[in-house]
Formats: sequence, structure tokens, C-alpha cells
Amino acid sequence: MAYSEKVMDHFANPRNVGEIENADGVGEVGNSKCGDIMKMYIKVDNDIITDVKFKTFGCGAAIATSSMATELIKGKSINDALKLTNKAVMEALDGLPPVKVHCSVLAEQAIKAAVSDYYKRRGVDPEPIVGNVPECDSCGCEG
Amino acid sequence: MRYVYADNSATTALSPKVLEKMMPYLTEVYGNPSSIYTIGAKAKAAVETARENIAKNLGAANPNEIYFTSGGSESDNWALKGVCHALKAKGKKHIITSKFEHHAILHTCEALEKEGFEVTYLDVYENGIVHPEDVENAIREDTAIVSSMYANNEIGTIQPISEIGAICRKHGVIFHTDAVQAAGYVKIDVQKENIDLLSMTAHKLHGPKGCGLLYIRKGVRIENLICGGAQERNKRAGTENVAGIVGLDAALQLAIDGMDERNAKLEKMRDRLIDGLLKIERSRINGDRVHRLPGNVNMCFEGIEGESLLLRLDLKGVSASSGSACTSGSLDPSHVLLAIGLPHEIAHGSMRLSFSDDNTEEDIDYILEIVPEIVSYLRSMSPLWEKIKKQEAQG
Repeated sequence: MAYSEKVMDHFANPRNVGEIENADGVGEVGNSKCGDIMKMYIKVDNDIITDVKFKTFGCGAAIATSSMATELIKGKSINDALKLTNKAVMEALDGLPPVKVHCSVLAEQAIKAAVSDYYKRRGVDPEPIVGNVPECDSCGCEG
Repeated sequence: MRYVYADNSATTALSPKVLEKMMPYLTEVYGNPSSIYTIGAKAKAAVETARENIAKNLGAANPNEIYFTSGGSESDNWALKGVCHALKAKGKKHIITSKFEHHAILHTCEALEKEGFEVTYLDVYENGIVHPEDVENAIREDTAIVSSMYANNEIGTIQPISEIGAICRKHGVIFHTDAVQAAGYVKIDVQKENIDLLSMTAHKLHGPKGCGLLYIRKGVRIENLICGGAQERNKRAGTENVAGIVGLDAALQLAIDGMDERNAKLEKMRDRLIDGLLKIERSRINGDRVHRLPGNVNMCFEGIEGESLLLRLDLKGVSASSGSACTSGSLDPSHVLLAIGLPHEIAHGSMRLSFSDDNTEEDIDYILEIVPEIVSYLRSMSPLWEKIKKQEAQG
């Protein structure tokens, strides 16, 4: 198993690491039993994601996909962010080894979880817009 | 940047002294040992000299009890399948092994279970050591074989092989040990320790990859695994890996010659490293600290994941390994760490460093300098660590 140079770059120098104080939405997916947790913070202004930060417990691919996902949605509208697929994250990283595909799924879900939280805080039911965001549907565990 | 190879339990660098011994058999002495002309006979003589020397070094009664194989996995497969298939007709259908054996044993046991054999997987307790009395209690009328590794490949714990051997002999049960990690670091005497079958491989002790052996005590009934030509006294077909066999002998000899001195040096390095790394908060050493291979350090750091730790170590020039799920390609972390009772979330944050004679105190200094920095960086971005600290604050 080998990572692409882009994955290694995002792992070695992850972008947008940290927390946002007074974030407009915070989403967390994954669980410690499976070895991956992603927490995503967004700041939203006029439906535009003006800032995004993440914290991830997980492998190299989990950290790299989190980092890439934040780059891909920063400055984008919420609608565009919700359109981001795990495939797009993988492509932007020049691919992932097959056993690591679930990390990109987690990154996609982390964004959706943060957006869901954003809507919830504004008293809007997120499900019709974001869909149901499972906390951990990628790895097949029961946690 | 400094480079530190700290994954000697995975494989080792080929010793230049071993290579030198192998070279003639990779070049001018290319004959097939089964051929009668001179370069064939020369190759044959080299194989038999190696066999005699290895037999002596393992305490075997006769060189003909040493059978050369492709390595540890083949030897383990052969030992279990060969003995079980040979004893099946006698109504023996039970195997005893432990929960934290190498997959070459565990997956072979699973294959035998599918054939109808029953397997008892013994507990290894928190310190990673099999209790001999558990072996005795598990022995049944129909037990075909007991297989216990000599030393664990992940956490380095050394098993009470003499005690288990004595129990097996008392009950007339065949005893196999996988000594792949122990050979060269532990004094092995197959006769004194009542070992009936023993697997080992060259590449863990600065020998070449692709060559190992199975010691089979005379009188043990075992079926062949590899069928074909008449090599290895009709027990293991295939043209001999002559250079590999010469390398295996040379590597074992070198390991045995300097064992006490090397072990003392490695133990000192190991203990200093463990003590240093235990200063990191919420860290732990896995496996017994005393009954442990001299070069093995296996630790867990809570709140981080092993693969990212390894990748960061690699960026700093240190090669290590981990029992995290992410490095095993499966969903579960190491079966070894789970067998000693670690919860999944802690087992994910494991790191194994394994040293050889090539390592130095400066390597240890360097690792002690970079690991705390890496752990603290990864924790700073870990939501799991955030939770652990929050729980801590709440008492």
C-alpha cells in the first residue's frame, strides 16, 4: 500500500487544522472503536462557507482526506459543499488505496454533519436538505 | 536526516558476513544438489554442512531432523497440516494453540477447522504469556498437536516453552513451536525443551529472505506439504535454495556466537527507551517487561492512531510498525493487542519498534526526541484526545 504524493503532502502539512470558536456548525463522524473520528467546524456567512477547520483522529488517509475536503469547500456555497462527493475528494488527492476509500466517505459525511448542525442551530430541519447523515456507515462496525 | 531502521521484527538487513558466505552459491557453485557432477556435489556438500551445523546449534540429535523450507509460514503450515493429517486416521482431531499466534498458525488452524479439526485457543492474559497449566487442562485424548510460539512477533513476550514441552511429552502430545522471532535471541535446545517441531526463518536474523526450516524430531509422524522430487529425504520437494540455506546457517551461527553480549546491549537500549516513552502521559507498554525479546518495544499512546504515528516517524527517518487496523488492512486492530485485553481504541494507537545489533544508543536518543513531539502534535488535532482530556477534567 502506498499513498500518492498529494496524500502525503496533505498528511504532512494538513490545511485548516484546528477549531473555530463560535462556529456556525460542528459535525462529528466516525468512532474511536473503528479508529477514525473526524470533527468539522464551519463558519457560514450568507450561505457561503467562509471558514472551515477540522480535527481528526485517524490514519494518514483520514487526515489527508479531511484536509483536502476543507480546502475544497472553503469559500464555496453550502449547496456546492453538499455536492462534494467522496470520489471528488479522492480524485483531488490523486487516488487512495482501496482499503482507505472509507476515509473519503467519512470526509464527505463530516461536511454534511457540520452543515446539518448549522441548519439545526437555525431551527431548520436539515434532513430534507442534507439527507440522513449516519455517524459511521462506512466501516460496517456496530459502534 | 538521521535514518533509523527499527522494524527488525519485520525483517532485518542482510549481514555482509552472511552475504559473503552465500556469494559462491549465487555465482560459481550453481549446480543442482541432486546432480552427480562436481558443482552439483559441491552444492550438496554445502547444504549438508549447513544442516549439520544448524542441528548442533538447535540441540537436535541428528542433522536429518532439519528440513529446509521457504520460511516461517511454510514451516508453520507444514507442522500443523502435516501432523494433523497424519494423525487423523488415529482419531486425533484436536489442536491447542494460543490466541495471539502468528497468522501462519491461526489461519492454518482455521483451514483445519474447516476440515473438521477442533481448535482450543488459549488465553494469553494481560502480560501476553501462555499459562502452562492451561495447556495441560486443554489436552484431550484426541489432541493431535500443541502449537505455541516461542516469542510473540508483536509484543516480544517469551513463552514458557520448556514447561509446555514437558507437559506435552508427559501426555504424549506432539509439541510445535514457531521460533521465528526467538531464534538467535534465546538459547534453544530442542531436546532439553521437549520440542518435537520447530519453525524458523533466516531473514529475521540478518540472513536472506525465502529460506527457513522445520525441525522434525525423529519419530514424529508428518505428511508432506510440498509434493514432488525426492529432496529433503522425500519429505519436502523442490530444488534446494542452496545460497539461502548457507545464509541461514551463517546467520544463525553469527546470532548464537554473540548472543549474550548482544542481548545485554539491546536490553539496555530497550529499557531506556521504554522508560523514556512511558513519561508520555497516557502511554503504556504492551506485554511483560521481563519475559521479553531484548529488542522489542511495543507501546500504545491514547488518543492517536498508529498509522499516522508511523507515517510521521517515517517523515523523520524512522522505520517502525503498528498493530493499528489501518496498517493491517482490516477493520480490527492487531489480534495480539486484543488478545492481551486492550480495548480497540487503545490498540489503534500502537507502535512497535524492534531493534537489532545494527542499532545504537544514538538511535534511541533520536527516537526519544521525536516520538513525544509527534504524539503531542497528533493529539493536538485529535478529537478523541479532546474527549479523553474532557473526561479527565470531569474526574
